[in-house]
Amino acid sequence: MTSTDLPLRTSSAPRVPRAARPAPARGRLRGNHHVLGDSRLARVPALAVLAVLALVWLVPMLWAVLTAFKSEQDASDPDHWLWPRHGLTLKGFSTVWERGDLPLWMLNSFLIAAAVTVVTVLVSAMAGYAFSRTLFAGRRVLFALTVAAVLVPPQILIVPWFRQMLTLHLVDTYAAVILPQTVAPVMVFILKKHFDSLPRELEEAARIDGAGHWRIFWSVLLPLSRPMLAAVAIFVFIGAWNNFLWPFVSTSDPALMTLPVGITSVKDAYGIPYAQTMASAVLAALPLVVVFLFFQRQIVKSVATTGLGGQ
Amino acid sequence: MSSPHASPRSGAPSVRRLLPPGLLFALPFLVLFALFMVWPLVQGLWMSLTDTSLSAHTPGFVGLDNFTEAFQDAEMWRALGHTVWFTVLSTVPLVVVALGMALLVHTGLPGQWVWRLAFFAPYLLPVGVVSLLWIWLYQPDLGLLNHLLDIVGIGPVGWLSDESVAMWAVALTTLWWTVGFNFLLYLAALQALPDHLYEAAAIDGAGAWRRLRSITLPQLSRITVVVTVLQVLASLKVFDQIYLLTKGGPNGSTRPVVEYVYDVGFTGYRLGYASAISYVFFALVLLASAAQYAALRRREK
Repeated sequence: MTSTDLPLRTSSAPRVPRAARPAPARGRLRGNHHVLGDSRLARVPALAVLAVLALVWLVPMLWAVLTAFKSEQDASDPDHWLWPRHGLTLKGFSTVWERGDLPLWMLNSFLIAAAVTVVTVLVSAMAGYAFSRTLFAGRRVLFALTVAAVLVPPQILIVPWFRQMLTLHLVDTYAAVILPQTVAPVMVFILKKHFDSLPRELEEAARIDGAGHWRIFWSVLLPLSRPMLAAVAIFVFIGAWNNFLWPFVSTSDPALMTLPVGITSVKDAYGIPYAQTMASAVLAALPLVVVFLFFQRQIVKSVATTGLGGQ
Repeated sequence: MSSPHASPRSGAPSVRRLLPPGLLFALPFLVLFALFMVWPLVQGLWMSLTDTSLSAHTPGFVGLDNFTEAFQDAEMWRALGHTVWFTVLSTVPLVVVALGMALLVHTGLPGQWVWRLAFFAPYLLPVGVVSLLWIWLYQPDLGLLNHLLDIVGIGPVGWLSDESVAMWAVALTTLWWTVGFNFLLYLAALQALPDHLYEAAAIDGAGAWRRLRSITLPQLSRITVVVTVLQVLASLKVFDQIYLLTKGGPNGSTRPVVEYVYDVGFTGYRLGYASAISYVFFALVLLASAAQYAALRRREK
C-alpha cells in the first residue's frame, strides 16, 4: 500500500502552487460542523440512520457468505432459514473450487482486465499527449471525433464487433475480448485535459537539454502524472473486470470465459445448489473486495476524478 | 499555441511531414479507434440496410426495410418502453439515496471507512455475482426477503416471477449494486465545498437545518445535474442485470431494448435487423444527451 501511496503524494507536489490553497484545514472532522453542527441531538439520530442504512447494504453480502458456509441441505431448509441446523461447513467452497473452472475464469478475467488496462492507459496517455502538446494536420478534427465518440454506447457496437471478429477469425480468442475494450475516448479526453493542466516550464528544461517528444512524455510528464494514471488505470481495470455483455457475446468456449460470464453459465441438472452457488459468488467477489480494502483511498479518488470526466 | 514541434534538423523531411511526431503519438489510439469504433459504426449502419444474417446466405441490400419493420414492431416499442421505465425507476433513487448517504457520511461521524466500504463495496462485484446473489435473495420459498416479509406477515412476493413486481426488483438490485458510485461522486463534491460559506453562516447564527437548506444543497446542484446526466445515460444502456435476473421475463415484461437487439441478432440470427434496432436505440441515447445538454445550458445561464 505504501509503495503506491508515496508517489501519489510526492508527485502531486508540483501542482500545489497553482491551486492557491487556503489556510490549512482545521482537521479531519471539518465536515461535521457544517452539516450537522456539534449538537448531540443531531448527531445521534444521524448515526442511527447511517448504521441502519449500512446494515441494509451489508446484509445481502452477509447472507450470501452465511449461505456459502451452509450444507446444501440446510441452505434449502425453509424451517431453519436463519441459522443452519447442522452447523457450518466448507463443503460448498471445496466442491466449487475442485470443479476447477472458477480459478480458470478468475485467471482469464485477470489476464484480460490487465491487458485491457495496460493497452488502454498507454495508448490513451500517448494520444492525450499528442492532443495536448503537439501540432499536426487534422489534430483538431481528430480530437473532436474522439470527444464525440464518448456518446457512442458500446452496446450498439456488439453486432458489428461480432461480425468483425467473424471476418478476422478471432471469435473465441482473448484478442476478440480484449481489443474492442481498449478504445476509451473518455480516457483520452481526461488525460488530454490533465496534460493541459501541467505547467510547461518542466518540459522546457528537458527540451533545452535536447530531449525529444518521447523522452519528455516518458521521463517528464508520465512520472508527474502518476496519480492521474493510477486513477485511470483503476477505473479501466474495474470496468474490464466487471464487463459482461461483450465477453458474453464474444466467447462460447468455457475455457476462455471471464468470471462474470462463466459464473452465470453453470447450470446444475439437479436443481440449483444454493450453497455452492453462493460459495462461488463469494469466491468470485473476493479479489476486488480485498483489493478495495487495501487501496480504498486510491479507488475512492479514482472514481471521484475519472467518474466525472476529469473534474 | 507555443508548443514547439518537429524540429527540421532530424529525420528525412518527407517522412517528417507525413508522420509528424504528434501523429505518431496519437497513431496507436487512432488505429484502434478506426478499427473498433469507426469501422463498426459504419458497418453497423451498412448492415442495418441489408438482410445480413448469421446463417450462410449472402446479404442483400434492402434499403430502409429494416427501419420500416422496426417502427411497426410492437416488441421493439415495448422493449424501448421498458428501457425508459427502468431509467426512471432506477435514476431517481440512485441520485436521492446517494445524496442522502453522502450527506450522512460527510457529517464526520465516526467509522468513515466502514460506511464507505458498506456503500461502495457492492459496486465492485461483477454483475454475475450480483445477479446470483439477488436471485438467491429473491428466491420465493427460501430467499431472505420473503422470510423477512413473512415475519411482518406479508405473503410471499414473486419478486422475479410477478410481472408487476419484476422491474421494481431489478431496479432495487441496481440501486444496491451501483449507488456507491454516485455516493462517492457526491462525497467528493461535499469535501470540496469552500469553508468560508459556512463561516459566514456561523456568524449569522444559522442552524444545522438552515445551513443544509441554504448552503449545502444549493452548492450541490451542479454535481446533482452531472450525477443525474451520467445516471440516465448509464441506465438507458441497461442489459446485464436484467438479462441475468429475469432473461427479460416474465413474458418479456422487463426486456430492455439492448436485450432485444441481442435476442434478434444472436438468437434470431438477424444481424441486419438487430443493427437497425441498435441505431434506433442510439438515436434515443443521442436524444437524451441532447435534451440534457440543452437543460444544462439553460441552467448555466
